[in-house]
Amino acid sequence: MNQFVLVDCTTVDGALSQLKDGSVVKAAGVDLLDRMKNGTTTPSRLVNIRNISALRGIHPSPEGVTIGALTTLTEISEHPLLQSHYTILTDACGTVATPHIRNMATLGGNLLQELQCWYFRSEEYECLRKGKEICFAFSGLNQYHAIMDYGTCPSVAPSTSAVALLGLNASVELTSAKRGKRMVAIKDLYVHPDANPTKFTVLEPDELLTAVMIPQPAKGTRSAYQKYGEKQSNDWAIADAGVVLEMDGNVCRKAAIVMGSASPVVRHAPEAEAMLAGKPITEEIARAAGKAAMQGAPLQTAMQGAQPLSMNAYKVQMFPIAIYRTILLAAGQMGRDPSAAS
Amino acid sequence: MATTKIPSSTGVSPDAAQDMAGDGMKTVMMPVGVPGYTLRQEPRTMPATQPPVLPINADLKFIGKSPERWDGPAKVSGRARYTADIQLPGMLYAKFVDATVPHAKVISVDTSEAEKVAGVKGVFVIENLLGSAKLLNPSLEVSKYPIVRYAGQPIAAVAATNPQIAEDAAKLVKVKYDVMPFVVDMDQARRADAPMVFPGPANQAGTAGGGGGAADVPQTGNIHGPSVHTRGDIEQGFKDADVVVEEHYTTQVQVHNALESHGVVADWKPDLLTVWASTQGTASVREGLAGFFNLPKSQVRVITEFMGGGFGAKFGPGNPGVVAAALSKQTNAPVRLMLDRKEEQLSVGNRPSSDQTLRIGAKKDGTLTAIHLVSYGTAGCGTGAGCAGPATNMYKYASLRTEESDIFTNAGPATAFRAPGHPQGAFALEQTIDELANRLGMDPLDLRDKIDENSARRVEREIVRNSAIWKSRHATPNVDHGHIKRGVGVGQAVWYRNISMDSAAEVRVHQDGSVEVLSAVQDIGGGLKTVMAQILSEQFGVPPQQVSVKIGDTNYPVGPNSGGSVTTASLTPAVRDAAWNAAQNFLASIAPALGAQPDDLVLANGEVSSKSGKFQPISFRSAAAKMNTSEVSAQARRIPDYDRKAYETYGGVDVAEVEVDMEIGLIRVKRILAVHDCGRPMNPKQTMNQINGGVIQGMSYALYENRLIDSDYGLMVNANLDRYQIAGSREIPQIEVQLIQSYIGQSSTDASGIGEPGGIIGTPAAIANAFYNATGVRIRSLPMTPAVVLAALANTSQQKETA
Ligand SMILES: Cc1cc2nc3c(=O)[nH]c(=O)nc-3n(C[C@H](O)[C@H](O)[C@H](O)COP(=O)(O)OP(=O)(O)OC[C@H]3O[C@@H](n4cnc5c(N)ncnc54)[C@H](O)[C@@H]3O)c2cc1C
Ligand code: SF4
Repeated sequence: MNQFVLVDCTTVDGALSQLKDGSVVKAAGVDLLDRMKNGTTTPSRLVNIRNISALRGIHPSPEGVTIGALTTLTEISEHPLLQSHYTILTDACGTVATPHIRNMATLGGNLLQELQCWYFRSEEYECLRKGKEICFAFSGLNQYHAIMDYGTCPSVAPSTSAVALLGLNASVELTSAKRGKRMVAIKDLYVHPDANPTKFTVLEPDELLTAVMIPQPAKGTRSAYQKYGEKQSNDWAIADAGVVLEMDGNVCRKAAIVMGSASPVVRHAPEAEAMLAGKPITEEIARAAGKAAMQGAPLQTAMQGAQPLSMNAYKVQMFPIAIYRTILLAAGQMGRDPSAAS
Repeated sequence: MATTKIPSSTGVSPDAAQDMAGDGMKTVMMPVGVPGYTLRQEPRTMPATQPPVLPINADLKFIGKSPERWDGPAKVSGRARYTADIQLPGMLYAKFVDATVPHAKVISVDTSEAEKVAGVKGVFVIENLLGSAKLLNPSLEVSKYPIVRYAGQPIAAVAATNPQIAEDAAKLVKVKYDVMPFVVDMDQARRADAPMVFPGPANQAGTAGGGGGAADVPQTGNIHGPSVHTRGDIEQGFKDADVVVEEHYTTQVQVHNALESHGVVADWKPDLLTVWASTQGTASVREGLAGFFNLPKSQVRVITEFMGGGFGAKFGPGNPGVVAAALSKQTNAPVRLMLDRKEEQLSVGNRPSSDQTLRIGAKKDGTLTAIHLVSYGTAGCGTGAGCAGPATNMYKYASLRTEESDIFTNAGPATAFRAPGHPQGAFALEQTIDELANRLGMDPLDLRDKIDENSARRVEREIVRNSAIWKSRHATPNVDHGHIKRGVGVGQAVWYRNISMDSAAEVRVHQDGSVEVLSAVQDIGGGLKTVMAQILSEQFGVPPQQVSVKIGDTNYPVGPNSGGSVTTASLTPAVRDAAWNAAQNFLASIAPALGAQPDDLVLANGEVSSKSGKFQPISFRSAAAKMNTSEVSAQARRIPDYDRKAYETYGGVDVAEVEVDMEIGLIRVKRILAVHDCGRPMNPKQTMNQINGGVIQGMSYALYENRLIDSDYGLMVNANLDRYQIAGSREIPQIEVQLIQSYIGQSSTDASGIGEPGGIIGTPAAIANAFYNATGVRIRSLPMTPAVVLAALANTSQQKETA
């Protein structure tokens, strides 16, 4: 790790005034310090926002719930109201990494963490997303890479909380000293590599992510998230599914089905969602929805359906299962899957 | 190949006992066999000076019991000092400059910019690299600096006043490469047109921990071998067979990843080089440094107070040791050099991969007529990928042929790794035996009863047969319906009774009643200190906490390097003999003051008493006060095993229960039953600890671990503990260890080692066999990730075995 200056801030205004000269924001630092240690990020100045107490907390209101950017994943996953009304989010935050990491990691940092592609995380590999020409994954080791909608860069969306927040139609509040606050929907937060390979989110260098707002779920909403990896402890998703069902009795009015580790940007599975809308949830239909998700129409690129790389065809087998089991979990027809991370 | 035996540095000549025949010997009865099964008394001949035979554990007070870890409080309170905790006045911090390319000639190393950095005190450029194989004819390569043969190879090191400066300055060292074509993939490296890792024949010696490959073998391109071993007539063997099973298996490269990284603190003074090292062999580090710097051994002192794991990768000084010592000499200051996680993964060893074709012929009744193993494996730019140990040594057969080859690749050299070659070999052997049992319509345990002559494993299979887990096994595979299928499988281990004669200890008794034991041996985590204290307690009757154990310092009598599971088996008899002799000296020293003959005195229960009732028992402490000198002591060194030939090998039997999620391709290991023997268990709890660790490392190898190198660029992509997958707490199954006492009558403690036989050899094969039992499909490739499992399940039609 290189030598750097650390500026500690305790107020939002204080922190915003420090966002200059190539400064980098540090929340818990789980992602940032990892990249500094492996040499892929070498900031000369860190602005520590971890001690801004105003940015920490879970605030329910009639419109929904607002979560401060520095709230930890553990605080979220253990929150009773969130557990009952926003199960997809507490499920998601509760499966990230390990208990130790969740005790540290912040919601803002989790949303804004950088790619997990192992080429991206090695200082020796200067790829597209670091401003160079080449992607190493297509001809290289791509067993954990994307299967859908990847275009030029098949890295996968790393943030588990983003899967839940996309399913919940959430927005983030971005604040800058000059321009004040703006709200950005989660679906617009991430920049697809084909649009701009070196810009991962719409966040500007002088902005802080200050809060996440989640609207009140419609009546009868049930939700769940499940993540599948090689291991249950300390591992990343190979396949995952976030499901939000608006139910009328056993009939699904409207469904949101979201995948994280399928593509570079967290995405809905509109084909699967359409399949559930207006129908009673059964195992058969849940399985069909899982399969339909792999037909995925292009959202960000011209890629139709799942197009596995040389080493990750197995992911195309896993996703439909992850989706169908999570639909049934959300609908209360199946227990939490012992094969999923917990 | 170092597959049939661990090299001679840790072995004892079977004939050594004969040297001692003649006068001065005694023949006594010793317990032999397994209590509850086969226990009996057998005569053993040994030097008359040997202490009285120890009864079985049930009749002892301290040995064979499980007192708390002698150094447990120091470890859990943080008082224990590991190498990285050593702080010396004026100490510098060193950082390696590592090669960023997989194959190159180094044209120049420009250190000028680094030297200018404030706080940098020295830069050292490596000209003599350790670890990799060496060209037999060095003149084939003319180069001032070592040829870079793998990315991550150390090239130079910078020493500075703090670690940050050293790291920044290391980045300023400019290495100019003349890059060469490279190959990292073993299958590509086997091709005739592959880039050559070495321009000619090259050999790598093993370490004190084993490893290394055969030297006198052909080398064609990158193929070093085959090393061929034959027994009996293999062609006839296959002609005689009623059934022949032939299968192909592959296993991956596993990296040691001990919790504590490699490293040293070196303090070079004009008449003494002192080195604190994270090592499995203080003796090996001293020997290596004395040799490298041409110093008398008496001027090198190596200290290892506490050690955070090695698994075979920590013998000798290695590049960190010699570079730190050289920098200390150059800068006139102590130098600390600890590797980081990435360097751990790249440059200090690994378990080689394997590609095995195993063919076994058998009679209808199970008798093995022939075993033919052809194996390839890559130990990177080293050798030692042989894996014929299990095929050669587990079962009885009429004929055998093994052909083992190393394939050089541009990757870090392998080194000994917990039971070198054996987890790979057993993965193939034990699945093939399982398959053979299927073909013959025999129960897998019954088949092994037929072909396995080891008496302890016979008892172990009996325990397995009667266990709940085995009784829950489906007699035929693929019974369960639904997406979760359950299966149970068995895998056996074979290991060798390796003894190091470099095992000595001194025991001292002081007039104040304190007792201490000293040896240069290191405790690499198995709990040797506790065992040594137990031995003294048994002898002197005082509790283990009152005994001082001083080890891990070459100032003390020589100790064995902890490789090949030698330590407990080798050292404990020396400790017991020294304790016995010291006790005799002690009794002789106090006898006059007590007005008794020494042989009238008894040491037990913290007291000294008189057999003839000459005086009332007195406490050990007040007896010690009567010593006629301030200290009595005795040294002893290991004597050869009493009757070695009968007990060359031992092992264990591991059983796994798995659940397979047929849709997701996930294997969950639910339970492991590990039934093992290691002679007399000196401390059952610690022994079971070792087996737990072996089981976990074995299942982690079987399901998760995999070193991944990009074949286009030659760089490892998962050189960290995030993407290098290791079993975590949630993956760990319920592990039941059944430790049997298996007395063999070989030494004054009769202990054998457990580090290698315990778990890592049998568990991967047991999991694979359990997978078959669950699904009716074989997995012949490690690690068994969802990708591999789903691919295997998709192939079911081709995989059916005729049951
Ligand atoms: C072994 C392991 C497994 C993991 N598994 C998972 C997993 O399954 N799912 C998952 O989602 N994550 C996983 N993670 C990643 C981990 O959850 C994230 O690294 C963590 O959530 C980041 O949060 P942080 O507060 O530490 O962010 P930091 O490291 O402090 O920041 C991350 C990035 O966001 C920026 N940033 C942070 N907060 C703000 C803010 N408020 N405003 C503006 N910019 C900001 C920083 O500049 C930095 O670039 C895993 C990590 C490890 C080590
Ligand atoms: S997948 Fe994306 S991040 Fe990874 S190497 Fe390719 S371009 Fe870079």
